[in-house]
Amino acid sequence: MSSSNEESITFEYGDWEPVIGLEVHAQLLTESKLFCGCSASFGAGANAHTCPVCMGMPGVLPVLNRRALEYAIKTALATGCEIPPRARWARKNYFYPDLPKGYQISMYEEPLAVGGGVDIDTPDGLKRVTLTRIHMEEDAGKSIHDAHDEHSLVDLNRAGVPLMEIVSEPEIGSPVEASAYLRSLRAVLQFLAVCDGNMEEGSMRCDANVSVRRRGTTKLGTRTEIKNMNSFRNVERAIDFEIRRQIDVIETGGTIVQETRLWDADRGVTASMRSKEHAHDYRYFPEPDLQPLIVDRAWIEELRRGLPELPRQRCARFVTEYQLPQYDAEVLTARRDLAEYFEAAVAQHRNPKAISNWVMGDILRLVRERKLDDALVIEDWPVRPQALAALIALIDDETISGKIAKTVFDEMVASGDEPAVIVERKGLKQVTDTGAITAAIDDVLERHPDKVAEFRGGKDKLLGFFVGQIMKATGGKANPQAVNDILRAKLAG
Amino acid sequence: MPVSLKDVDHIALLARLGLTDGERAALRDDLESILGYIGKLETLDTTGIEATAHVIDLETPLRDDVVRNPEDADAMVGNAPDRDRTYLRVPKIIE
Repeated sequence: MSSSNEESITFEYGDWEPVIGLEVHAQLLTESKLFCGCSASFGAGANAHTCPVCMGMPGVLPVLNRRALEYAIKTALATGCEIPPRARWARKNYFYPDLPKGYQISMYEEPLAVGGGVDIDTPDGLKRVTLTRIHMEEDAGKSIHDAHDEHSLVDLNRAGVPLMEIVSEPEIGSPVEASAYLRSLRAVLQFLAVCDGNMEEGSMRCDANVSVRRRGTTKLGTRTEIKNMNSFRNVERAIDFEIRRQIDVIETGGTIVQETRLWDADRGVTASMRSKEHAHDYRYFPEPDLQPLIVDRAWIEELRRGLPELPRQRCARFVTEYQLPQYDAEVLTARRDLAEYFEAAVAQHRNPKAISNWVMGDILRLVRERKLDDALVIEDWPVRPQALAALIALIDDETISGKIAKTVFDEMVASGDEPAVIVERKGLKQVTDTGAITAAIDDVLERHPDKVAEFRGGKDKLLGFFVGQIMKATGGKANPQAVNDILRAKLAG
Repeated sequence: MPVSLKDVDHIALLARLGLTDGERAALRDDLESILGYIGKLETLDTTGIEATAHVIDLETPLRDDVVRNPEDADAMVGNAPDRDRTYLRVPKIIE
């Protein structure tokens, strides 16, 4: 999507073709954990949200959270997946202190959903990246390694929080396509309100499987798995680095080792985790504590009927309903919060293009500066959509000029006041009264008889000088059109 | 089905078990016997029989998404062998 105003880079690999598949872990926006009633929220004291189930005490049984299942089904439907008649929970076994049971409840041979896809825009047009599967699983806890020399500390508040793993086929052809895929997927998750999509905070995480092959060949090369990329930008950088590293290894006669590598954003490199072979010996087996998951088909159809408008549909609607350029529509629908902000403002004052300009410009700049990204709560933004609409209405009815509007906007951000209040308080109302404007013009012309003579002698450029003087005299509040009309008439006469 | 001591060592490592030589040999025999029985089962003709995922035939029970935090989370931490404030304390883990 051309939704980013970050510098765009082109990646060129000559004779080599990258093959990329992405695994995305999305934290589902439920109140409680996947298999117990503990709160799934962040920020509580260590281990405040733990119980015998998520602490892995003997004799307890997990019970599935209906809403977590609903959110995963909605995602599956929104991405066009098929939901097989039966899914099956599996245990993924490994030892780590933040995994209290010694296994993670996940899905393996029979996932919740298969097929489907995520649409991305490429220079060659629309491309649909096929999804291999979507499955549900529980998150692990958090370890803190740097508090003590001899010990690590474990907080299990996150243990058992519901995740959805979304796995793509290796159909992504470049780092740019990888980030486009993530943006597109994130927009879908946000529009469904099933995940807030915050990569920096880890509620959406991404691992990449990367390999390279000679252009024109079909056999896949040995792949590596890249972890620890916590922004769209880092995903691009990490994958680009890994592609170049692999090409370099092969071209200098080496072979690629199948391994997990960690992205180091500070150094800009991927490095082997040097894990031993058995690290991936998870010994999956069917989870005996949970029944196979048989989802009621009628419920699935009900959820399908209730799906909200998705980013691409909304983008198309913005073009037809508001006559926005395609570019504007894409930027505004790349994020659910932005789209909602825009529509809330348009509902108040119907000047879509002007509102779009302000939202893509000043509002988006503010949101980025203040890191309000992904919060999904536009009520918390410094300027509410209704206030922005009111500001634009003041421009449209010529109460203030577009230039003064920038001043009013800054004051709105600073004080939180309504634009009309600020205009009144600061006396910023545009002067449209022709009498007052005429008086100002007469005054300026009287003070500069030499310039008037020069203008009449053919020095047209001096018009700008007069306009500048008049605007200065009126504190920038004179209606520019009126100034122009009256000034031209006076100078002509 | 023959099980080697190397197999036993691998499984012991995955299970984080330290075994004596005597235990290794005994477990090898046990595992051989268990896998031997599985091998016997595999001679049965199961064509047309669906694989059993679970022995109890029930619908999937679901729970409403309602928060019920434990009344005494501190007691949960108290179950652990070692703690630091409300954190669980474990031997240093080195990646």
